[in-house]
Amino acid sequence: MGIFIGDDTRLVVQGITGRDGSFHARQMMEYGTRVVAGVTPGKGGRTFDDAVPVFDTVEEAVAEAGANASVVYVPARFAVDAVFEAADAGIALIVCITEGVPVGDMLRVLPYVREKGARLIGPNCPGLIVPGRCKVGILPGQIVREGPVGIVSRSGTLTYEVIFQLTRAGIGQSACVGIGGDPLIGTDFVDCLAAFEADPETEAVAVIGEIGGTDEQVAAEYVSREMSKPVVGFVAGQTAPPGRRMGHAGAIISGSEGTAEEKIRAFERHGIGVARRPADLVGLIRDRCRQPVADARVRADGGEPLP
Amino acid sequence: MNIHEYQARRILARHGLPVPEAEVAATAEEAQAAAERFGGPVVVKAQVHAGGRGKAGGVKLAATPAEARTAADAILGMEIKGIEVRQVLVAPAEDIVSEAYVGIVLDRARRADSIMVSSEGGVDIEEVAATMPEAIRKVAVDPRYGLLAHQAALLGHHLYDDPRAARQASSIIARLYKAYRASGATLAEINPMIVNPAGEVKAIDAKMNIDDNALFRLPEMAALRDTEAENPAEVRAREAELSYIQLDGNVGCCVNGAGLAMATMDLVKYYGGEPANFLDIGGSSNPDKVVAALELITEDPNVNSILFNIFGGITRCDDVANGIVEATSRMELGVPITIRLTGTNEEEGVAILASRGFEAMVDMDRAVETAVRRGEPRTDGGR
Repeated sequence: MGIFIGDDTRLVVQGITGRDGSFHARQMMEYGTRVVAGVTPGKGGRTFDDAVPVFDTVEEAVAEAGANASVVYVPARFAVDAVFEAADAGIALIVCITEGVPVGDMLRVLPYVREKGARLIGPNCPGLIVPGRCKVGILPGQIVREGPVGIVSRSGTLTYEVIFQLTRAGIGQSACVGIGGDPLIGTDFVDCLAAFEADPETEAVAVIGEIGGTDEQVAAEYVSREMSKPVVGFVAGQTAPPGRRMGHAGAIISGSEGTAEEKIRAFERHGIGVARRPADLVGLIRDRCRQPVADARVRADGGEPLP
Repeated sequence: MNIHEYQARRILARHGLPVPEAEVAATAEEAQAAAERFGGPVVVKAQVHAGGRGKAGGVKLAATPAEARTAADAILGMEIKGIEVRQVLVAPAEDIVSEAYVGIVLDRARRADSIMVSSEGGVDIEEVAATMPEAIRKVAVDPRYGLLAHQAALLGHHLYDDPRAARQASSIIARLYKAYRASGATLAEINPMIVNPAGEVKAIDAKMNIDDNALFRLPEMAALRDTEAENPAEVRAREAELSYIQLDGNVGCCVNGAGLAMATMDLVKYYGGEPANFLDIGGSSNPDKVVAALELITEDPNVNSILFNIFGGITRCDDVANGIVEATSRMELGVPITIRLTGTNEEEGVAILASRGFEAMVDMDRAVETAVRRGEPRTDGGR
């Protein structure tokens, strides 16, 4: 099952002829994602890798290739226009990988996406993956395994770290979603938690938060109010100084708001098991899952497992 | 990006806000000359990227040009929250009947810009929110329509009973919102906004923060960056496209990805060390970036142990390994280095490191623990 993407996902890659777009289009196709179209304005009529038709507009990609999901790899100054275009063309799921999108652009596009009935994931995110079925974005496919744990995170490589540690411990994932590190994002923790709650294959959820904003606190309340499945969490930035932006545009402690401590307290108050280290998530999840998948010999580079 | 008060005042004045004229001075003599030109009493204010200037003694009233000189002399060179004051603003002192607060900030939870006004100005707005929440009125601006006329009007009327003052305040709020949007700001504050005995409403202070991501299309804003007011190492890091923040600890960290970098710092602390920095070398790391990162870390005199934590996704382990090899052939590290390398092209990376005698680990916890232990005071002199 997974969430948001699956066997019926027909993906258009916006920016497919660019450096990142072409590299990751191939990676996604290799993983088994159905990439049905690419879009690069001015390059319509070409064929990408002898397999994927390239169009000038998303509208054509929908009409002629039946695209129903899009992934955006275009540079920051054009990214929000690409999201507008995808939403206008009737794309239901838009995943924006691009980092560095101005927050004023996000203010404009979020209500538009909502009015069109589309879901936006990101920007500044690694995308999402349903192990064994479909990947949209840049998450490394070789570190995931099918299993019962849903993962939702504001980070990129920290998400990979958590996935890798779980997989090495024999715990697979139902879906992994990176929602992005910016202050304004399309899909938040609560949206993902609701989807995991509804997904029959998900038995437990790990929430990977970080400093800045109050999304973790809102998520914690949602968990205690609406969720029957166990949720565990980790919050990065316990040693971050206030007032400084820690890489991610959204990772900043303002006043007393947005500290890791405050978020950890909210998790604990609402019954979310909190890991002090990423490695502690393994034990917390193992205690809460019924049937972990056994495959403890995976390697993060996808090489032959060690005996 | 933070900008100085004098820069924010100019932006607001350009957008038609009533901001009294002021001058910037870098020396006590210049401050005295400015006070002479204005005639009458002036305020001398430290221009520094830090809040709480008043409490720190960075704002002084001067009755005469000679006093302005003395005040500037005291303020220039002082440190406010660790930042040296290099410039002061000299502005005519205003007669104040009342003080209010106006602020616009990106409200993440509401996904909108929020405008907040308070009849209690001149004090910290967070303090007012805690002690007198009824003094504050807040509206969210729908980004599709911008600030609506009735919203500006109701905020003005919340502040002042006098209709003339309320009208002026509404106009100030509307113009402030325009300035905020046009500047790619994520925060704009007037604190205080005053009424003088003639019934005029004026902005006598200004603060703005600008969205770094918007700077590419706002060159006039990007030009306001005062690199001399920032940590020099952090300026150099930005030029090398690294995200770096210096801290007080001893374990220098070099990580790919912001979330993993924060988690690495936390883990350093967990194992009993203190992180010396936040450093994200970013996604597609070429060896040059790794070299620049190692230079930054080794220049920090507090660093006595270096930790690399690389989880290769887009970042390739062999690129990072080449960078480490390159950097260590160019410079003497002088402190032990611990390397965690896993993910894309891991085998190649490990082989490159091994050929130069570096050992790479796969497990994050083990690497962090090792780096912390190597950073502890010891007698053998390192690796």
